[in-house]
Amino acid sequence: MALATDTAQGTATRVKQRSQGKRLGRSTPNVLGGLGGWVWLALIILPVYYVVITSLKNQAGFFGSNPLAPSTSPTLVNYRTVLEANFVRYFMNSVIVTLGSVIPAVVVSFMAAYAVVRGSGRIIGSAHTLFLMGLAIPLQATIIPIYFMITKAHLYDTLLALILPSIAFAIPISVLILSNFLRDVPRELFESMRLDGCSEFTMMWRLALPLVRPAVVTIAIYNALHVWNGFLFPLILTQSPDKRVLPLSLWAFQDEFTVNIPAVLAAVVLSTLPLVVLYVLARRQLVSGLTAGFNK
Amino acid sequence: MKVRGARAEGPSAWMVVPALVFFVTFAVVPLLGVLFLSFTHWNGLGAITWAGLESWRTALTDSVTLNALIVTVKIMVYSLVVQVPISLLLGVFTAGNQRYRAVLAVLYFVPLLLSSAAVAIAFKALLDPNFGMGPGLHIPVLAQNWLGSADLVLFVVIFVIAWQFVPFHTLIYQGGVRQIPASFYEAAQIDGAGRIQQFFHITLPQLKYTIITSSTLMVLGSLAYFDLIFVLTAGGPGYATRLLPLHMYLTGFRANDMGAASALGVILVVIGLGLALVLQRLGGNSRSASQLEGA
Repeated sequence: MALATDTAQGTATRVKQRSQGKRLGRSTPNVLGGLGGWVWLALIILPVYYVVITSLKNQAGFFGSNPLAPSTSPTLVNYRTVLEANFVRYFMNSVIVTLGSVIPAVVVSFMAAYAVVRGSGRIIGSAHTLFLMGLAIPLQATIIPIYFMITKAHLYDTLLALILPSIAFAIPISVLILSNFLRDVPRELFESMRLDGCSEFTMMWRLALPLVRPAVVTIAIYNALHVWNGFLFPLILTQSPDKRVLPLSLWAFQDEFTVNIPAVLAAVVLSTLPLVVLYVLARRQLVSGLTAGFNK
Repeated sequence: MKVRGARAEGPSAWMVVPALVFFVTFAVVPLLGVLFLSFTHWNGLGAITWAGLESWRTALTDSVTLNALIVTVKIMVYSLVVQVPISLLLGVFTAGNQRYRAVLAVLYFVPLLLSSAAVAIAFKALLDPNFGMGPGLHIPVLAQNWLGSADLVLFVVIFVIAWQFVPFHTLIYQGGVRQIPASFYEAAQIDGAGRIQQFFHITLPQLKYTIITSSTLMVLGSLAYFDLIFVLTAGGPGYATRLLPLHMYLTGFRANDMGAASALGVILVVIGLGLALVLQRLGGNSRSASQLEGA
């Protein structure tokens, strides 16, 4: 397939490339690259395909059919099983924890990044150094004291117990990326606003924020992915089923459904669906933001 | 709050305070806490008693700890060796402009959306010797007990890690490649350099800083493969995939020895900060160098 498209379209693509103003002038089709690309695609698609078709089989079909062949009579029964197993509750918990962590984290990180880029003085300087060091703190290493603090504060088994440390661990990377973008805002803009009598606070929200909006969206998405998929904090800081978030619920479903693998995989599909929708809607923003964010 | 040394203009220091409060409370204090707890006895529920170096002795004389360190280093090195070339090549590939590459790129990034728990569960089912892809493809070689054999399991873990994390690094490399000025390639073409030569003489040197960034995230991230391995193998079979963070969790929350687990946590922090410093050194030099080359 790859080879066929690459060679058969050789001339055609070359003409098309020229008309597209191709950046890297290519004289021959990149057969090796194309081949590698398609192989990787197969590796990505196979597990996804397997999960989806298996989730549409009933148990008898699962034990009786070829694992990689789609069911002749696809059924949504597993999805009903999962939805009846309190799935909506877990989903809402994930939404609450994610929004509750990401929004405050982005706000405080933006303020800190603004101060780091525009301000001076010992406090700001040390804070910046601390945040940079924070990038290298393995989250796992702090889990025992966090568990201790959360239990002492009587927050154990609450959603707030997940939100507070999640905010803290989102701050270093957010400050780093936001300050990289804020440095690109021309000083003259701030100067002219100051001459108009604006306070720093006004400048931050009226000038800096709109200019680095793409970066803000990027770190919001990046942190949301992390919190949404986070497993360790929920595992250690919550206990009761009604405080479960999605990743933890998948793990629990394994015990609950035991040999009903199609139902477990239906839960995997359902838990990923919201992010797939988000990806379809905001793909460009996510991809361009992430690529720019780590290449400054 | 007035800060001496701050200029009259410019933001005041209070703007960093909210972020600082969160970060100090839930990251810096626990960091000091884990050091303190490593000199105590605590079962996770009762009173905390002073233990001197006893918890350290427990942690360091446990043969499983040494094994966990070796497993951690193995996974770190192998995943770096596997992921860097793949994500670099895929990044260069997806930075091209053909329409079909854009379509591929959309699909490449799907694993980014899955939680580690979801990925682990999916692969557990897929690798099942009776109901997974082995019998599905009718290839006996693939119908092995992948997760139950101490010899195979590490390779499976490395593969699954790559499957989940390569997309993210591909994105970073894609962005890096797109920042290379087109004039470099035009000049090279005029000089008659082929694609392979262009790759080695332009793309690779220009990506030096990107490689450092991506590798740093990879190495520090490898301390965080906890979620994936916890669900995929729970550290087994035996101790074959019990890496340091997992060993720490099991020591503290399953064997109820929070003191020894904290000592392991301290070792984890030291490794993390140490690696970050080393990579920072590499990165600091390369950044100025690559900018000079770009001039």
